[in-house]
Amino acid sequence: MNANPSSNGALVQVEGVEKVFHRGAEDIHVLADLHLRVPAGEFLALMGPSGSGKTTLLNLIGGLDRPSKGAVLVAGERLDQLSDRRLAAWRARHIGFVFQLYNLMPVLTAERNVELPLLLTHLSRAERRQHVETALAVVGLSHRATHYPRTLSGGEQQRVGIARGIVTDPTLLLCDEPTGDLDRKAGDEILDLLQALNRSHGKTIIMVTHDPHASARAARTVYLNKGQLSNEPVK
Amino acid sequence: MAGLINWFSQIGSITKFGLMSLPQRRGAVAATVLGIAGVVAVLVGVLSIAAGFRQAMSVSASPDGAIVMRNGADSEMVSGLSREETRLIADAPGVARNQAGPLASAELLVLIDLPKRTTGTDANVPLRGVEPAALQVRQRLKIIQGRMFDWGKDEVIVGCGAAREFTGLQIGSNIKVGRYEWPVVGIFSANGSVAESEIWSDAKVLQDAYHRGDSFQSVHVTLDSPGSFRAFKDSLTANPQLNVKVLRQSEFYAEQSETLTRLITTLGFLIAFLMAIGAVFGALNTMYSAVATRTREIATLRALGFGGGAVVVALMFESLLLALAGGALGGGLAYFAFNNFHTSTMNWQSFSQITFAFRVTPALLVHGTAWAAAIGFAGGLFPAIRAARLPIAPALREL
Ligand SMILES: Nc1ncnc2c1ncn2[C@@H]1O[C@H](COP(=O)(O)OP(=O)(O)OP(=O)(O)O)[C@@H](O)[C@H]1O
Ligand SMILES: [Mg+2]
Repeated sequence: MNANPSSNGALVQVEGVEKVFHRGAEDIHVLADLHLRVPAGEFLALMGPSGSGKTTLLNLIGGLDRPSKGAVLVAGERLDQLSDRRLAAWRARHIGFVFQLYNLMPVLTAERNVELPLLLTHLSRAERRQHVETALAVVGLSHRATHYPRTLSGGEQQRVGIARGIVTDPTLLLCDEPTGDLDRKAGDEILDLLQALNRSHGKTIIMVTHDPHASARAARTVYLNKGQLSNEPVK
Repeated sequence: MAGLINWFSQIGSITKFGLMSLPQRRGAVAATVLGIAGVVAVLVGVLSIAAGFRQAMSVSASPDGAIVMRNGADSEMVSGLSREETRLIADAPGVARNQAGPLASAELLVLIDLPKRTTGTDANVPLRGVEPAALQVRQRLKIIQGRMFDWGKDEVIVGCGAAREFTGLQIGSNIKVGRYEWPVVGIFSANGSVAESEIWSDAKVLQDAYHRGDSFQSVHVTLDSPGSFRAFKDSLTANPQLNVKVLRQSEFYAEQSETLTRLITTLGFLIAFLMAIGAVFGALNTMYSAVATRTREIATLRALGFGGGAVVVALMFESLLLALAGGALGGGLAYFAFNNFHTSTMNWQSFSQITFAFRVTPALLVHGTAWAAAIGFAGGLFPAIRAARLPIAPALREL
């Protein structure tokens, strides 16, 4: 599934990317000449001070935003060159997102939330049900399938979020501070889950975090500071 | 094909979230629905007046009927014809005949004052003197209570519309005709036509009561066929002994109803239009708030790969559904409040009262629904486009 059509072995290639936001007359330079390679099957943690641009970088890799300069290649596709419509379809096929605040639909049950990305596929109703059951089983929430988000704990909601992120078997799982809103115990369960997804299911995962305890679970950690990445935390 | 189904399921699920979140926004939603209902109720209500009036006028006309008045007269009230003239008209080519002679009724019209039931104030009621052929000329006239008046006697029959609107018109009561009191001997219906607003008596008796000599105001005729009208009209206008105006019944009644229906329709549209502007702002407000409260949801769906087009269509759909709910409510309200609501009004051409019922027709309901849809469309479009254009990344952070 994680077949990698790009020439030199990296599933994600970020090449000389610059990102500038404009707020009124002010230019905010967030990323400058940034390079990153993530091979298929890696579990990468992305750390850095608040406001350093971690979410911005994750959004570029997930095709939610475009670089001001440079190239973003994921699974062989130049994301910076796709139209909005093609990009939306590409996200549906290749990316699973896990958000800090879960971003579940409050009017839908857990299983309906998990089913959402499958509505963008050609799967039949029966096939969708099958996939939803599998994903909920992976995150250990089969018994809560018909519960609404507001009746679930934060940790359970995040597990529904992860089930939604993996239900289409995406090429890449992007998690923005998935444990940021959880206590230590619930956070550990989420990290166990992500680790298992990486180790036994071979999922490529990029996880933004502030928490060294969380980044310790990743195979590799990179640090973002002043628009650039390094392999060492900046003092 | 699968792509299309996929697109519909995207629209379906976004619409569903929208509709499911309606209870959270129930204040704004109710205001919008009621606002649109108000527009539609007013529009349909006002237009039903015009429709009812036009209906009363148009059922009065039969295709083979014609009316002759003095040239230059706008209405029977200001017309005048002598006995000789009415005879020439009755004998003209094209007029249908039976054993008794031509189907032509020379008629005169006077106005009498009677108190309205609703207000108690006096209003003009037309009292029409007719000749025997009048019953053939108005084929659908039917005595529904009592009997027909006797020719040559001081008696009247009363149209059911007039009987309903005015006091003192039941069988057995007397009405003041000039210096005399004449008994009401019967009540008639005439298929909802303007005749129902009138009181009828023998033309000769009425001429005497009002010292009219042998003069009339109009001749109502039935033609051989609708196609005979041309020949009938030409022979009368070419006759040097006559100076008359010849109208088909349909033209005559259309002319009679024109002023009023135009006034009502213009007024109705104006009021409804002003209200509609208000309703569009209400809908805009509701849909902007729908987008605002769902910004993060919409951004999440977009992140998962839902298309911007599906977001637009779904929000438009939501807006249209709210508008149509309002339209149905308003149309229903208008129907139950106004349909068959009986009233009488001044016939502005003859300055007499004619009675009619409001008519909420299917065409009017369709018209009202179209207005509701237009309001929903106008109110939904900009919020929907804004939602679809929302940059996803910043919207995802919103709480
Ligand atoms: N859409 C935007 N418009 C303007 N400025 C933006 C926008 N998005 C992000 N920024 C700015 O870019 C910088 C980087 O933001 P980003 O959210 O990527 O940081 P982060 O590392 O994820 O921070 P945190 O740890 O607090 O989540 C911040 O200064 C932020 O204010
Ligand atoms: Mg962030």
